[in-house]
Amino acid sequence: MTQEIAVLMEISAPSLDYGLLAPVLIVFGAACVGVLLEALVPRGGRRLTQAILAFAALVAAMVMVGINASSGARVVEAVGSIAIDGPTQFLWGTLILLTAMALLVFLDRDVDDSHFAPSAASVPGSNQEQEAQEAGHAHTEVFPLALFALSGMLVFPAANDLITLFVALEVLSLPLYVLSGLARRRRLLSQESSLKYFLLGAMSSGFFLYGITLLYGFSGSFDYAGIADAVVNPTQPTGLLIAGLGLLGMGLLFKVGAVPFHSWTPDVYVGAPTPVTGFMAACTKIAAVGALLRVFFVALGSARWDWQPAMAVVAVMTMVVGALMAITQTDVKRMLAYSSIAHAGFILTAVVGAYQTGSGAPDGAVTSIQSVLFYLAVYGASTIAAFALLTMVRDRGIEATNLSDWAGLAKKSPRVAAAFGFLLLSFAGIPLTSGFIGKWAVFAAAWGGGYAWLVVVAVLVSLVTAFFYLKVIVSMFFAEPAESSEVVEPSIPTLLAVAVGVAVTFVAGVVPGPLLELAAKAGEFVR
Amino acid sequence: MNPLLTPLETVTPVAATGVTSWAWLLIAIPLVSAGVLLLVGRAGDAWGHFLGTLASLASAGLSIAIFVTLLGLSDDARSQVVHLYDWISGGAWTIALGLQVDQLSILFCLLITIVGSLIHIYSIGYMAHDPRRRRFFAFLNLFIAAMLLLVLADNYLVLFFGWEGVGLASYLLIGFWQDRPSAAAAAKKAFVINRVGDMGMVIAISLMLATFGSVAFTDVNANAAAANPATITAIGLLLLWGACGKSAQLPLQAWLLDAMEGPTPVSALIHAATMVTAGVYLVTRSHEIYAHTEWASTAVVVIGTLTLLAGAWIGCSKDDIKKVLAGSTMSQIGYMMLAAGIGPAGYAFAIFHLVTHGFFKANMFLGAGSVMHAMDDDVNMRHYGGLAKYMPITFATFAAGFLAIIGFPFTAGFFSKDHIIEAAFEHNQVVGVLALVGAGVTAFYMTRLMLMTFGGKKRWQDDVHPHESPLVMTIPLIVLGVASLAGGLLLNNWIGGWLEPAVGGAHGEAHEPSLLAGFASPVGWITLAVVAVGVAIAFVVFGPRKAIPQVAPATRNPLTIAGRNDLFGDAFNDAAVVRPAATLTRGVLAVDRGGIDGAVHGVAGLLGGLSVVLRRLQTGYVRSYALVMVVGAAILGGVLVLTQLS
Repeated sequence: MTQEIAVLMEISAPSLDYGLLAPVLIVFGAACVGVLLEALVPRGGRRLTQAILAFAALVAAMVMVGINASSGARVVEAVGSIAIDGPTQFLWGTLILLTAMALLVFLDRDVDDSHFAPSAASVPGSNQEQEAQEAGHAHTEVFPLALFALSGMLVFPAANDLITLFVALEVLSLPLYVLSGLARRRRLLSQESSLKYFLLGAMSSGFFLYGITLLYGFSGSFDYAGIADAVVNPTQPTGLLIAGLGLLGMGLLFKVGAVPFHSWTPDVYVGAPTPVTGFMAACTKIAAVGALLRVFFVALGSARWDWQPAMAVVAVMTMVVGALMAITQTDVKRMLAYSSIAHAGFILTAVVGAYQTGSGAPDGAVTSIQSVLFYLAVYGASTIAAFALLTMVRDRGIEATNLSDWAGLAKKSPRVAAAFGFLLLSFAGIPLTSGFIGKWAVFAAAWGGGYAWLVVVAVLVSLVTAFFYLKVIVSMFFAEPAESSEVVEPSIPTLLAVAVGVAVTFVAGVVPGPLLELAAKAGEFVR
Repeated sequence: MNPLLTPLETVTPVAATGVTSWAWLLIAIPLVSAGVLLLVGRAGDAWGHFLGTLASLASAGLSIAIFVTLLGLSDDARSQVVHLYDWISGGAWTIALGLQVDQLSILFCLLITIVGSLIHIYSIGYMAHDPRRRRFFAFLNLFIAAMLLLVLADNYLVLFFGWEGVGLASYLLIGFWQDRPSAAAAAKKAFVINRVGDMGMVIAISLMLATFGSVAFTDVNANAAAANPATITAIGLLLLWGACGKSAQLPLQAWLLDAMEGPTPVSALIHAATMVTAGVYLVTRSHEIYAHTEWASTAVVVIGTLTLLAGAWIGCSKDDIKKVLAGSTMSQIGYMMLAAGIGPAGYAFAIFHLVTHGFFKANMFLGAGSVMHAMDDDVNMRHYGGLAKYMPITFATFAAGFLAIIGFPFTAGFFSKDHIIEAAFEHNQVVGVLALVGAGVTAFYMTRLMLMTFGGKKRWQDDVHPHESPLVMTIPLIVLGVASLAGGLLLNNWIGGWLEPAVGGAHGEAHEPSLLAGFASPVGWITLAVVAVGVAIAFVVFGPRKAIPQVAPATRNPLTIAGRNDLFGDAFNDAAVVRPAATLTRGVLAVDRGGIDGAVHGVAGLLGGLSVVLRRLQTGYVRSYALVMVVGAAILGGVLVLTQLS
């Protein structure tokens, strides 16, 4: 007994490879410094300082990702809690670049100031708020908050044990709850969405934690490797495993925005400030899908016969519900929210396929991981650009997202209409856009994994989705211009974000080879 | 062993070198020109037509340079690929964007760019008074680029891009005079019928991907022999289906006659000389597929034969000069299809006829345009008569085309059509006889056209003043007229040997090409006799002394009625496609209305109860969202348990 205590007391400092962990540490450190800046820098200079800090951190983190990726390290770091391998590097790179794009849109200016509330804590419509607005205040905490969220997102898909996974989940979620409530306009709606997101997120965390405990009960381990061993040589009844993976999966699918855990998505996407919506729609989805892939492929890969049918059901429901609900939306922002649900379904088809070398994929075939990584990267870029474009159509300075406000947009601003139309074509999966290649890749992986029927359903659903995307295009190009709305001249950063998003969508559609290759090189998860 | 099933020797392409590696410029030049013309707006009105013509001439020059280079190479070095880049590369599938320059494609390039350039030049005059001339040249350039992509592609998918591109250009050009409802309707009709054909192409390409894992010509050709015969037959039939759409073969022929609503240079270039022959190109390119499926190749022969007769029939009964020529185009492409369906013995003849047809039909269409120009855009031959005197150059060049198409000795058609009829006789007596009958009928309706237009007494209104067209229009006519007369003579001894490596080796064993081939066999003599009979009948009926009424006489002759109504092609389409589609659309519309009505209350109505449930779930209340999650969790739990049980 005393010996055991002695062992417990004897905690030696773990040796960490700071170089490999640097991207996370830099982002997290910058977020902390950002909080200090809020306290120390005078109000007038905060915005610029925060932006410089954030972009400097992102550049530094990206450089470290590049250095680490070129070293080709495939290790489990930080006492078995973080797996650093090809997919991790790819996702980190994607997340950092897309966050940079999203932050460019954060810099955009609303009619009088930023898109964020002047004083989030005050009651909407109160004198206090009025005063803050007249004083020209606006929350600049959004930058550190986004960096905090990003540090969670970086850890989430790299986590190699369930506790780290949970911590990462909370680290990425909490700042997002706050960010959702910071809209300058329609503040009640924004606050409502924030609260909804928080309540439902808390509930899903409950599922998630319960799943973790059951899996621990099943395997006696939090490590993915330990769970994987237990799946192969079970010592406990498999009922624990099934229940545990089900509950854990629900928690993850909530973040992915998959049906039936999607209800928060439309409300939160609409309520949140549009730049934040773009950030959430792209980056949260990437982190969550990455984590889902790692948990189900590494820890639960040998149990795939157990979870594939259920995951297939989720994929079908997600695609169908997302597409059906999008059809009747009259609000462009809400339509994009449902469309993001449908896209989550398309991505899940490849997850269901679980088509990896280990499950019989021949050399050079499009694997599940490769296709999902590609899809996430290009979808993220298109999504941020699309939401950035949403900020440009205004009615008396306020974003006009009703479809009727978008009618005849091509006559008012051919550039905005053309860019948005092009992105919609990509979402619809028309050839020569990245969306087509992405769909093709995930469907190929699902097909290879033996889920041909799922691919058939997915292709049919993507036909349905084409309908509502084309509806918007038709309205923009062929309807009489709406009188209620105008197109504002975008700020340079927003323009840059849109240009990058459109360029990625085009280039990855016409010359997808390099990016697909990069995703293929990411290879398998380390265990 | 059936001769159709013998494997063919084909040459594996090598990487392009020298001037051939610039083949992509062939496509890029007119494409860029089209882009410039469309983007500069009015600023380009003054010089747009020159730029368009220059672009086409540049492509023609490059085609000739590549052709000359290939001439200097040995047989097995003439097939060259220009690899541009891999479009999709993943797993077993690699779809490359590449061009294949070989004996077949360079011949098409020459035809497209040279005839295309002549037509560009002609259009400068023909469209001189049109305010949207710049746009017209942009579309023409777009067409040239798309057509070159079609024939230069080294795989079926890229070919399909070109295929769709020419479809788009054709649509834009048929409907060029968009203020005329008839032109707009014709454009739409052409587009829709072509879509029907494209469906066959798409399925064929998908089937190839599934069967061979590749859509490259070389891979498909190399593996066709080893594949399941049923699959090969399916691919062959589907490709034929696609070819029927583009080449206006039965039963997808109805759009071609209406397509004459487009400006006449368009009819000459797209709907006579080049685009409509894409189907023949497709079948020839897929020779390895058809070599391994007797069913599909027989289908090609049957369709070709039926179409050559149907087209001739329509040609006999139309009074609209362009529609006569359109019917004749159908018919001549039928000949090409027939030849291509015969197999290795026929491919070279099909392409030979395609090239000579490109000359003489473009010539006659442009001639018809010249006549219309003189007659205030009247197309009714009953209002013509005696024009030979007023338009001597047009008459002379048209006569050259006329002689070529009826197969007058030593003109272009004499060589190319004779070969096909002979090959048809060797293939099957019945097909041979039908092809022969077609030749007689062709002679009849073409003579009728000549007599009604250029012969007899003048029947035009007093306010019409026929005049010869300007030089910019007549020079292309003269060039094409000379080609119509001499083209066959020049190509006859050469084309078979030239094409042999590209379309398979069996050619030339049975037919040693000879200038006198037409006289060497009884079939040749019989053909000449039949043609003479056709001409004679036309002279008896429509001769110079006959009075031709200004209005088409009412008739009870069912043959004539059928011909005047395009053999009831529209009625057939109506019954077979339009009405079922309309019924389907009405059904869809009903569902759609349900959906829109439902939008007032939410999502209800689109998919009945399901969407009602869906809508109720998105209440905005967190409590119900939480409930959805819990119910969803229960459902998932159920699925997981069921998975365990099964």
